[in-house]
Formats: sequence, structure tokens, C-alpha cells
Amino acid sequence: MASTARRDAPEPPDFGILKRLARDQLIYLLEQLPGRKDLFIEPDLMSPLDRIANVSVLKQHEVDKLYRVENRPAPSTSDQLCFLVRPRVRTMRYIADIVNADKMSGRSRKYKIIFSPQKFYACEMVLEEEGVFGDVTCDEWSFYLLPLDEDIISMELPEFFRDYFLEGDHRWINSVARALQLLNSLYGPFSRVYGIGRCAKMSYELWRDLEEESENDGQGRKPEIGNIFLMDRDMDYVTALCSQVVYEGLVDDTFRIKCGSVDFGPEVTSSDKSIKVLLNAQDKIFSQIRNEHFSSVFGFLSQKSRNLQAQYDRRQGMDIKQMKNFVSQELKGLKQEHRLLSLHIGACESIMKKKTKQDFQEMIKVEHALLEGFDIRESTSFIEEHIDRQVSPIESLRLMCLLSITENGLIPKDYRSLKTQYLQSYGPEHLLTFHNLKRIGLLTEQAAGETLTAVESRVSKLVTDRAAGKITDAFNSLAKKSNFRAISKKLSLIPRVDGEYNLKMPPDMAYVFSGAYTPLSCKIVEQVLERRGWQGLEEVVRLLNGNEFAMADGAPEDGAGGDAQRVVVAVFLGGCTFSEIAALRFLGKERGHVIGTNIGACAVRRSGVQSGAT
Amino acid sequence: MSRARADEEEYWHSSKFRAFTFDDEDDELSQVGAEPPPRPALWGRGPTLVCAQTVFFPQLKESKRAVNSLRDIVDDDDDDLEKVSWSGEPVGSISWSIKETASSSSSSLEGRDTSLQKGSSSYAALPKQVSSYSLSSLFKGRNRLPSLPSLSDAFSDTGVKNYAPELRRPRAEYKDYSNDWSPRDTVRRMQRGKVCSLERFRSLQDKMVLLDEAVAGHDGNVITAVLIFLKRTLRREVLFRELEVRQVALCHLIHFLKETGEQKLLLDLLRFLDRTEEVALSQYREHLNIQDVEKKREFLKGCIGLPFSAEDISHIQDHYTLLERQIIIETNDRHLAMAGQSEIFRKYPRKASILNMPLVTTLFYSCFYHYTEAEGTFSSPTNLKKTFKIPDKQYVLTALAARAKLRAWEDVDALLTTKNWLGYTKKKAPIGFHRVVEILQRNNAPVQVLQEYVRLVEDVETRLNLATKYKCHDVVIDTYRDLKDRIQLMAYKCKVERGSAEEEKINSLLSNMQIRWKN
Repeated sequence: MASTARRDAPEPPDFGILKRLARDQLIYLLEQLPGRKDLFIEPDLMSPLDRIANVSVLKQHEVDKLYRVENRPAPSTSDQLCFLVRPRVRTMRYIADIVNADKMSGRSRKYKIIFSPQKFYACEMVLEEEGVFGDVTCDEWSFYLLPLDEDIISMELPEFFRDYFLEGDHRWINSVARALQLLNSLYGPFSRVYGIGRCAKMSYELWRDLEEESENDGQGRKPEIGNIFLMDRDMDYVTALCSQVVYEGLVDDTFRIKCGSVDFGPEVTSSDKSIKVLLNAQDKIFSQIRNEHFSSVFGFLSQKSRNLQAQYDRRQGMDIKQMKNFVSQELKGLKQEHRLLSLHIGACESIMKKKTKQDFQEMIKVEHALLEGFDIRESTSFIEEHIDRQVSPIESLRLMCLLSITENGLIPKDYRSLKTQYLQSYGPEHLLTFHNLKRIGLLTEQAAGETLTAVESRVSKLVTDRAAGKITDAFNSLAKKSNFRAISKKLSLIPRVDGEYNLKMPPDMAYVFSGAYTPLSCKIVEQVLERRGWQGLEEVVRLLNGNEFAMADGAPEDGAGGDAQRVVVAVFLGGCTFSEIAALRFLGKERGHVIGTNIGACAVRRSGVQSGAT
Repeated sequence: MSRARADEEEYWHSSKFRAFTFDDEDDELSQVGAEPPPRPALWGRGPTLVCAQTVFFPQLKESKRAVNSLRDIVDDDDDDLEKVSWSGEPVGSISWSIKETASSSSSSLEGRDTSLQKGSSSYAALPKQVSSYSLSSLFKGRNRLPSLPSLSDAFSDTGVKNYAPELRRPRAEYKDYSNDWSPRDTVRRMQRGKVCSLERFRSLQDKMVLLDEAVAGHDGNVITAVLIFLKRTLRREVLFRELEVRQVALCHLIHFLKETGEQKLLLDLLRFLDRTEEVALSQYREHLNIQDVEKKREFLKGCIGLPFSAEDISHIQDHYTLLERQIIIETNDRHLAMAGQSEIFRKYPRKASILNMPLVTTLFYSCFYHYTEAEGTFSSPTNLKKTFKIPDKQYVLTALAARAKLRAWEDVDALLTTKNWLGYTKKKAPIGFHRVVEILQRNNAPVQVLQEYVRLVEDVETRLNLATKYKCHDVVIDTYRDLKDRIQLMAYKCKVERGSAEEEKINSLLSNMQIRWKN
């Protein structure tokens, strides 16, 4: 893996199988309810479903009409109703209401609930309580992983973050373990597993448990993925809180990339309608700029448009035959390129417009100051003004959280005044938001010196006594002093650059934040892969609050394992940002191994902040 | 026989069972901890429904192999699929189709087959291509595809015999009748989605061993299932007491109660734990579900007495006061607007009601519609400022934005002018004049107004930037003069209109011998 053995990055495995498996199982489940039926789909399952099946597939399996699961009575007149849902209590009540209304009116139909990715006991309990248990049949659609791109897989579970990190509910750990089992059975066996964080560790343990009792038929199989790296989102909130400046990240911040696609509104398409665009490696323009720093994107796009113009212009000197050739062979491609180009140029303009309005330059400056730990007063007043001007509720929270984490909490005076102004600007009900953010450790108040140490020693006692598994999330978050400065120093996250940082030919991963900061999460991945474990990182691990692990399963040494040993899947439990994906892609190119990024939840940046909201 | 193998067979057995006798609807796959089933025979079939997921992996392997072998068939369809839903055309995509259903749901029911098709008959009716999809036929495929050697290699030696569904009831299923699973095994079975009776855990000690096992197993779903059982079989005080020392389980119960909306029990639990602040917040949260403003106001009034922290009490108080104030303003203004006598409401009709808006928005509204009112009225800006102790900075920002929007430049001027004790007036902006300029500019202030404030921007560089950007020539010229920068001044000459007063001014400055230019 070192520079001497530098090879081209191996191709990522074919994740298309995951889609086909999910589709086959869905079809199988639909066949379990023979005959014509109406299908009710949970809104947040629609985009993932769209990625693996389409209406004609559903129709082929006798789905008559499609409805959205929502809080309205269903107008369906079919005799068979099928519900494709996430395991949620309120959805169960909705279904129970339909069933009970039918019962009241003496109508008999068949009902089937398909849970994705799995069923929860609490859901069955609700069905029982509502008196419809037995009237409905239940099934599970084990759709754990959706490939969003050649190198991105996602579980598409936006509630993962809130459920685990805020509520302390371990309900998704089983799903994560099963997703790992699925990956391992299709692309493994993994020879090395690394991880850090409580959730990572629990998922790993549960997965091992599941593997133990399943048939061990992995022997002698040629793996396609050699290494896997699990990381809890709360190991590194800082990276998720920084403004993104790579193109894909900016597109996400501005337009929200959902399930690998984005809705470009009229301001981008320069027409009166929105266009849904799939953003992935298939888009020849996008794939070349997605990982680039925004400052390089303009140059690239204008170069591209000049080339395109030149190619169009070649028509001028053509005779009839050449022209015919041109039209039949090249024109279509050029048109396609033209369409994509104008879309991305439109998106760039729109991003620029919006960011200028938000004082983006100024904001980035503040963020960099916070990361490096100077000009704290100026930064605080910038945030204050941001709040007072009602610029954006989310951005304001994001900056406050960044201030809090880098400074180990706000000074009580600042905390009070920022909170008061926030409530005045964005609404008093955000009192609940602040409470949640405090609980999760994203936005805290520094305790006065004396009490802090008292609490700490009490907590650390509890934390070491983890044999009984009785440590609390509440205490844990108290104990979770962010220690960002110390970690940053230890891992030199702030690059020292003489002169200008070269964003066009970046020397390291820090380019994803304009050369001002190397994402902590990706730095950890890099270090652990380099050292093949945690040796030498003890201090960092201690500052991160531990729970690290590394497992080598008779791993063939470098060379013997072939390409698979250079394929690493990084799993972010609780979501990751496009900046991190870009940084990992950079790392992959640099070191000659592909980093397939598998996202524990969906790739919602700021999920931290948002999930904290009421 | 290994467990996985058993599961697999169980699966084949059961799936066959279910696919063809669909009328079997009374499977007792009750949630864990339900009453013991009246008919043990049915109980034994319980897992058949639940295990679909557990046994998916063996099934996965097969479907994967089958998919590979069937590539030639599937591929056409794949292409189709891309075309229909991903060429950027929303037509045919699922979300699109749902919209269609929504719009046409009331009208056409054409082609609806009222007779309930059952079982295999419907399979026969399927078009040919579809039937190739049914899994049973998929699994017959055995050929390996050379294009994906590594994948199919991976499964080369898992026996072919797996494909054939075994009709004999697998041995593992007999075991389900027995009730002697240890707590650990019970938890493990539940983790794999199987139904397990918890009724035999009757002593408190047994119950807690079970709970601790569930927690140690890391599966939140199982922890919650055990808690549902405990909640039903233990007096709440006993349960609370036990959970107090089991924090992970406690988190699960709290989350469960929140989700199911058992507010009363939740509050009891939080009170038992002495988490008074959470009690208060949890009650306060309910206001979000109240639509009627009058009722909401009453509710918020009640919240003031809740055990919040000292700091939050004042926020709650403010929330109540704000809504109370908004109700008064709203009633009044709606009336005014309807009567049509007030000019401001005629000229700038209200776009939305002010109810439930944040304080700053309310202040903006009041600066917009009620700027000149005396402090005594509830809707006057000064009254709001005083009642809610709005900081100067915030007040000026908001008032400025509102008055600029109305292009009331004299008000802007007055807002930024202070008088000192000698009676001299002075311009002062708590927010920095560059912000003032930005706000005015956004509201298309004329250059004369704008330049007065650009001139006051302290930082020379910012001032020059703003002045150049907004064509405040006078300010640019004066600044260069003060900087004694002859070269820049000369360069600027080409930016002003020929023959204008500005050009004249530059010329006269350049020919002024008194100035000591630095270049």
C-alpha cells in the first residue's frame, strides 16, 4: 500500500447485486398476496423503491394503484391492501384505523404489511392493542442496503441518528449487523475489521454473533472487500458541522441530495419547471467535478463549454457526408453533454447567489478561526449577528454547535445570550431544540471549574465500570468532553502550509475544507489503515473516549490478498457528509485502495443539528 | 443440523404453506409477552411468518446465484427499467405514479377485478415474462455466468440440495414447543425475529436476568419487547425502581413511551427519577399539537408554573406573553384591514397572520404597520422592545429593515441619529454601517441616501469596496483624497461620466497644489 507498491485503485465491487436481491425479494413478497391489490407506500421509502423497481414491475405483480401513506383516509376500493412501510408506531395506527373503519362498515378485505428493513415488536404490540392483529399479515422486506453510486451504499435510515444518539435506543443495531452480514456474505469474507465508538462496537459484536451460527461457507472464497471500518458519528461532529466547499457538498447544502438525486428548481434549469437529476458517476460532467473544490469548478465548466462549442463549430467546414456522420454519431452525445453542462452551470450560479447572500466568505473565515481556536470573541459576535438577522435557523445552530464543540462548551454568559436571541429570532418553541442539543452534547454550557471536575470524576468512575453495561447515555454525553483541540494537535488536523494551499493539485485531504482542516473522521481511517490497527494512537483513542477495536481474521499479508485487501468499506453510523466522501476518495486514489463508503444512515449533512431539532 | 440449515428448511416449508393457502389468517404471531396461545399447534407455526428475514441469507445466496444465471432474461428488463424511471423523465416513476393516483383516485376504477383472485390461479394468469420472475422458478437456475466468476465462485460448494424445499417439518420447529429456553437463548431467538413466550419469566429475578440479557445482546428491538412484557407484568413502581439502575433499558422505555404517546406514564416515570426539568419540557412540548390559538395561550399560561430551570421560566413566560400580544394585534389588524380605512393596510396588504411568529418577526411587523404608535399601545415597536427587553442591536436591525422596505428614508435617518448632551447630532449604528448599507441597498435606496452611510463605514477598504460597488462616486473620490492616492484617483476618473460634476471634482483635486500626494 505504500508508495512503492502504488497501483491503480481497484474497481469497486458490483453493488448492483444488492438492488437485484432487494427487487427479487419484494416481488416475492408481493406474490404472497396473489391477485390485484393496492399498494400503500411510506413517503420516505418511495425514493429508495424508485431506485430498484418501477411502476411496470409493480403492475406486473398485480399492483393496481399506488398510494402514499399519510394522515388521510384511504380512498382505495381494492379488496386487497398492501402496505410497504418503515416500522413506526404512528404508521401502525394509521393502518389500524383503516382496518377498523372497514370492520365498522362490515367490509372484508385482506391486509398485508411489509416492513422494511425489519419488523419491530412494538409495532406488533400496537396492532394487537388496536384489535387488528390477525386481520393483517406481516412480512419483512430485508432491504438493508441501497447502492447509491459505484462507491456509495446507504441504509437510508434518517431516523438512525436521532434514535441512537439522542434517545439512546438500540433498535437499529440489529439492522446494521444484518447489513454487515449481507456485505460479508456477498463480498467477503472481510479479513480485517476496525472500528471506534459504542454503536460500532455493539454492531460488530452482534454481527459476529449472527455469523457464528450461520453456516461458515466463506472458506476458500475470494473476497472482493478485504477491510471494513466502522465509526460512530459522534466521534467527529466537527467535520459534519463545517460548511462544505467541494461541489457535491455544496449541491447538497443548497438543494439537498436525496437518495442520490436532486431536484433542480426553475432558478437552475432556467425554465419554469424543476428537473430531477440523478447525481452519480454516470453523469460525465458531474463525475469530474463532484470532488473538486468549488473554486476549480468554474474553470473546468468554462473549459468544457469552450470545447463543446468547438465541437459544434466543426460543422461549419463539413461536407454532406461528414455532416451526416456528425449528426448520426456525435450530435446526440454532444446534446447530452450540453444539457448536463448547462444544468451544472445553472446550479453553480444558484449556489453563488445564495452563498453571497449568506456572507459565505465571512462565515468560512469564522469557521476556520473556530477550528484553529483564535478570535473567539469576533466569531461569537458574528454568530450573534447571524441570528439577529434571521439569516437561517439551521446555519445559526450549526455555527453555535461548532463553537461549542471546539471550545468544549460555551461560556455561560454567551450561552444564555445566544439562546435568548435565537428564541427571539426563530421562535420560542426551539427551547426544546436547545434541550436536545444539550443532551446529545452538541451545544453545551461550560460548567464552572469546580463542578466540572467533580462531575467528571464521578462520571469517569461510572464509565470504567462498564462490565454490567450500565453506563448511561446521559452520563456518557456528559463525559464526552469534545477535546477537539487536543485531538486536532495530536493528529495535526490543521495543516501548516507555507504560502498558498494548492487547491487544484491538493497535497492532502484538507483540500475539502480549503486546506484549513483535515476531516477528523477520515484522518482516523487513514491512520488506522496505515498502522493496521490502533497502535500508536492510544492517546487519540483516549481523547475520543475509547471503544476502539481491531480484528484480523487470518488476513493474508499484503500482496497475497490481492485487490480485495485494498478495498475498504468505511461505515459511518449516523450519516456522513459529501466532504468526507470526497476526502476518502482522495485517500483512495493516493494510497491505491478504493474506499467504498457505506453510510450508516443516509447522507444527510447536518443531520446532527437537524435531528436535534424538536 | 446447524441452526441456519434448519431455518432454511423451516422457511421453505412455511413459504410454501403460505403461498398457497392464503386463507390461513389467524396465525398467532403475537408480540412477545402476549398471552400464551390457546392452541399450541398454531403457536408452532408462528415463526413461519416471522422468520422471513432471519432466513433471508441462505435465500439471498440462492437468489443471487439465480439472478446471475438468469441474466439474459433479466437484462432486457433492466434496460427497460433504466429507461422508464431514470432517464430524467419522471413518467413511470413510483412517486410520479402516486401523484397520478391521488388525482384520479375518485374517478376511474376501471379494470378493477372485484372477484378476489386466490392462490395459484392468479399465477396462471400472469404474463409470461412475469412468471419468469416468480422466485420459485428463479431458484431452478443453476448455471454460472462467466462474467461474474468471483461471485459465483463464492457459492460454488453450497449444496444443490438446498434448492429443493424439504416437505418434512424440520426438527428445529419441534423445539419451538418447548418452553425451556434459557434467558440468553430466548433473547437470541428474539433477535432473529422469532416468537418466544416470555410468560414463564415470573419471578422478579428471572425478569431482570432476561432484561439484562436483552441489554447485553445490543438489540434495541428485543430490549423494548422485554420492556413491554415487564410493563404489563410489574407494578410501575417496581419497574421504575429496577430501571433506575439500568440506564440503557430506561432509555428504551422512555423512548417507547414517547412513541406510543403514553404521556401520563412517561411523566410518572420522569417524576420518579426526579428529572423535573424533563417533566416540564415534556409537558411544554404538547403545545405544538394545539392548533387553536386561544387554547394554546391557555395551555402556555399553565406551563409557566412547571418546574423549568430558572433561565427557561423566563422564556416560557415570554412565549405566553408573545402569543397573548399577537392575538390582540391580530384581532385588531384583521379588523382594520377589512374595514379598508387604514392606508398602510390598503397599500401593503398583509400576507399572513402574525400568530405564532417569532418575536423578531413580530417586531418587524409592528415596525412596518405600527411604527408611529405611542408606547402605550400593545402593537407599538417601543412597547415590544420594552416588554421583551430586546437588545438595541436587534431592535435597530429590525426597524431598519422594516422602514427601508417602506422606503421611509427619514425614519432610517432618525433611527441612526443620536443627540449628545450639547445638542449636537451624530450618526451611530450599533450594527456597523456596512450592514446598514447592505440593508438599504437591498431595498433599492437611492445613491444620495446610500452614500451618506457608505461614508460612515469605518474600515477604509470596506468603504472603498462598497462605494465603488454602489457607485457612490463622491465617497470614492473623498476617500482617495484622504488617502492622498493620486494614482487611484486618476484611475477612477474613467469610471465617472464624462463632463459630470464628479469628473470636475476629480480634476480640481488633481490640480490642487495644496495636497501632498503620496504617489
